[in-house]
Amino acid sequence: MEIKKTAVAGTLESSDCMVTVEPAKKGIELELESAVIRQYGRQIRKVALATLKRLGVRNARVSIVDKGALDCTIKARVECAVMRAAEHEGRINWGGMIK
Amino acid sequence: MKNAVGREIPEEIIEITGKEPFQGNYYRDDKPITLHGPTIRPVMNNQKSKLVGSIREALEKCEAHDGMTVSFHHHFREGDLIVNMVMKEIHDMGLKDIRICASSLGKAHSALVPMIEDGTITNIESSGVRGGIGEAISKGKLKGLAIMRSHGGRVRSIATGESHIDIAFIGAPTADDYGNLRGIGGKADCGVLSYAIVDGNHADHCVAITDCLVPYPNFPAHISQTKVDYVCVVDEIGIPSKIATGAAKPTTDQRKLLMAQYCTDVVVNTPWFKDGFSYQTGVGGASIASTQYLADIMRERNIRMGFGVGGLTKAMCKLLEDGMADVMLDVQDFDLDAVKSLKNVNHHRIPAAVYANPLNKGAVVNKLDYVVLASLEVDVHFNCNVVVGSDGMITGAQGGHPDTAQGAKCAIVICPLLQGRIPAICTDVTTVTTPGESIDVVVTDYGVAVNPARPDILKALKEADCVPLKTIEELRDIAYSIVGEPDKVEFEDRIVGIIEARDGTIMDVVRQIKEV
Repeated sequence: MEIKKTAVAGTLESSDCMVTVEPAKKGIELELESAVIRQYGRQIRKVALATLKRLGVRNARVSIVDKGALDCTIKARVECAVMRAAEHEGRINWGGMIK
Repeated sequence: MKNAVGREIPEEIIEITGKEPFQGNYYRDDKPITLHGPTIRPVMNNQKSKLVGSIREALEKCEAHDGMTVSFHHHFREGDLIVNMVMKEIHDMGLKDIRICASSLGKAHSALVPMIEDGTITNIESSGVRGGIGEAISKGKLKGLAIMRSHGGRVRSIATGESHIDIAFIGAPTADDYGNLRGIGGKADCGVLSYAIVDGNHADHCVAITDCLVPYPNFPAHISQTKVDYVCVVDEIGIPSKIATGAAKPTTDQRKLLMAQYCTDVVVNTPWFKDGFSYQTGVGGASIASTQYLADIMRERNIRMGFGVGGLTKAMCKLLEDGMADVMLDVQDFDLDAVKSLKNVNHHRIPAAVYANPLNKGAVVNKLDYVVLASLEVDVHFNCNVVVGSDGMITGAQGGHPDTAQGAKCAIVICPLLQGRIPAICTDVTTVTTPGESIDVVVTDYGVAVNPARPDILKALKEADCVPLKTIEELRDIAYSIVGEPDKVEFEDRIVGIIEARDGTIMDVVRQIKEV
């Protein structure tokens, strides 16, 4: 999936995260800031990268500001930000790439 | 060397501190000890005035020097102005290598951080630290070791001479010119001076600081003129609104109310809930709500509380006022209602030594039936952590946690299963402050776990069928199934602090946090 513009999803409320996806030339660049980085930083990165891969995003700069979100929340916020950034919102393949 | 809670206590720390690793709760029971007395300057000359014009003058008269130990109490809580005021003067005098021996330090004292960085303060002994000081210690900025002690443990260390105080600074809401000190009657009332009494008894020099000088004699004195060398009058010793922060609105958080209900169900269905029972609880929303639920059942079943103890709140003092409790024993007041309640003839002040010192001839905590506590983390061994955050940063205080948990027949810890993404019930706590052998019941919003060492409590709760019983491992597994198993927080090798057990042995060590 091609990232066409900068898009954001999520909030900075406790137990949520804010994900920003921007176009990039080459590869995935992931920046993470988290209230629980020492205990869950590895897990958050893993979930974010797996979600990007599943959506077929190859080139993007992704920044996550996490306030203790669960994996399901991180996944949903990354999916939403990618869909917005790819101008893909009207034609989401529910039950396909979004599970 | 591994101690009795399975924590590795490095040889170097045993050597530096001369302490032993923790050997279990009753290791020093019945073993002889010798108590320590201060070296004092008698006041025989009736012409001598104890009034000094400034803190600087008091410091000079008390022969303040490099490497000395100064002490403070924390009855003014986050409204305290004394610590910063005195330390600023010590800093301005250019003194170095100071050891602070405080009953606790909080966010109000972040002004001390630059003094830690420049070597004015090199050692800290406290119940715990929050805010900037906790961060500074965790980041390795304190040259020496931070020692975290329970309220009872602090009395023990001072009374045995392990901590020798050169100058004690006692903030007093009222004082007369000869050093009779009271916790009431002034502009910043804290009610009691319980934590400072041991300082008065064992420090070489003792300076009272007040913002309300009253005519002699300020009686009945909570700390006597016989303990005080100098009296210093300043503009302000504390910020009243920040002293009494316990008077929060009753909680409406359903999770806390559920835990409060479970906690009360545990209390009323265990064998010690009968006429004359004794009880201590905390200042959190769930604790206060559970006290109110308990009061309803006491009324229903016509059961009276023999005595309540602790840091007191409105909810506990109301039991006394309503004639449902016989006596309140008070070491600290968390709100103004508790301060006002001291007028009641059955509301008694007790020194911290009487409350919780493990090495005297028996403290009040030994007579407790129930204590209701909170915890940052509880692990599957029932060990509790109340000092170090799950991220490895020092951010709390032991308070009376280990003292009351050991003393009470039934020690209940209320702890939500999850704090945001952080599981409070975990495999191993970050740092042990209270050993699992002291903890009997853990109440969470997902169920209640009983320590397998207490089959009597488990049997009573099973028969009553009053709460959802789970094993502690089941609770941990539920937590991990929701948030995932956390990675272990990484630390540097350097040890920045030790968690001292009540009896002076080492419960655990705290290491410098790794930058991420």
